[in-house]
Amino acid sequence: MNQYMERIYNGVVKENPSLVLMLGMCPTLAVTTSAINGLGMGVSSMIVLIFSNMIISALRNVIPDEVRLPAYIVITASLVTIVDLLMQAYTPGLYDSLGIYIPLIVVNCIILGRAEAYANKHTPDLAAFDGIGMGLGFTIALTVIGLVRELIGAGTAFGFTILPESVPPIAIFVKAPGAFLVIAFIIAIMNGVHIHTEANKKVEGCDGCCATCSVSHDSGCSDKEATKA
Amino acid sequence: MNSSLMLIIITTALVNNVVLSQFLGICSFLGVSKQIKTSASLGAAVIFVITIASAVANLLYTFLLKPLDLTYLNTIVFILVIATLVQIVEMFLKKVAPPLYQALGIYLPLITTNCAVLGVALTNVQDEYNFLESVTAGFGTGVGYTIAIVLLAGIRERIDESAIPAPFRGAPVVLLSAALMSIAFMGFSSLSL
Repeated sequence: MNQYMERIYNGVVKENPSLVLMLGMCPTLAVTTSAINGLGMGVSSMIVLIFSNMIISALRNVIPDEVRLPAYIVITASLVTIVDLLMQAYTPGLYDSLGIYIPLIVVNCIILGRAEAYANKHTPDLAAFDGIGMGLGFTIALTVIGLVRELIGAGTAFGFTILPESVPPIAIFVKAPGAFLVIAFIIAIMNGVHIHTEANKKVEGCDGCCATCSVSHDSGCSDKEATKA
Repeated sequence: MNSSLMLIIITTALVNNVVLSQFLGICSFLGVSKQIKTSASLGAAVIFVITIASAVANLLYTFLLKPLDLTYLNTIVFILVIATLVQIVEMFLKKVAPPLYQALGIYLPLITTNCAVLGVALTNVQDEYNFLESVTAGFGTGVGYTIAIVLLAGIRERIDESAIPAPFRGAPVVLLSAALMSIAFMGFSSLSL
């Protein structure tokens, strides 16, 4: 059981995909206008990630090495389509507010990154727990960022009014610039208290091109990325 | 007709800037924005790929997916087509226009997984754009991406020489610059179009 718990600890704390590895920045910035949106995005990504990890891991001896990336993309895209249709049917409100970012889970670097770095080298049960860990880490990060933005920008948390009316909300935090601001400060705080983060290294070293690193062979940083992650 | 296409270009390039208000293509926006020259080349490659991808995605949607009632396969079809397309464009350029390949070549693989490309293809379908409108929207998005990344590169070239508090070095100061740019671009949303 220990190695399973280690996977979850790894995903939530040690290699938190959003805050430490700086993967999946697009949804992290885009959908965190409220805590509930962040949570919804996190959970849907987590579901895709768990299943994609399991399927890729189960097929790791079947998929030829040369075409593994297209194969991963097809698997991920199929799962995303299923999630997309399910959300359209059962959570229409959330579906509308997340909009185009649900199909864009396909190109979320976390999913292909984990497939390359973990799932295709380990057994399905471990890969599933890796997916749970990474997914939880992503969900927690998105929910926290969403909560901060919602609290400052609208004075509410999960839709409930928290701040008294005497404290006017700063609307810019729920608009586009707020996303950049909040994440900049979260990373700066983490740097300040010396929490290890890939953020700085990434921007200088691997060109920060998270998806590319795990996807493109030609970029030259795919191996480095795989060993690092 | 012409004015509506112009409107699409202004909307996609400035008002709904792909990076600063839609948050698509953030990875390369933050990653490949250290020098103006490289970011301009990446921008050119993005304009090229997004325009072609929008055209192809629109044709596929209009003549294959929609008549066969397969629109739920949009995501799968588009991502595969884009990935293949980038490969083909790369090979084509290598053969036909070596100087252009030299300039854009290394950036093409970067773009395959750039969510902006898939994002535009999906948005075009959502907005029910026709062929010409899709191509225009794709081009406008690419231009918007280029404007944003070149501006950020310009800021970063200056930032490199200034004294930044230690915790803000690296990613945070880049994100802060992006935040300020994003505030500036919000001004465009008050354009009465």
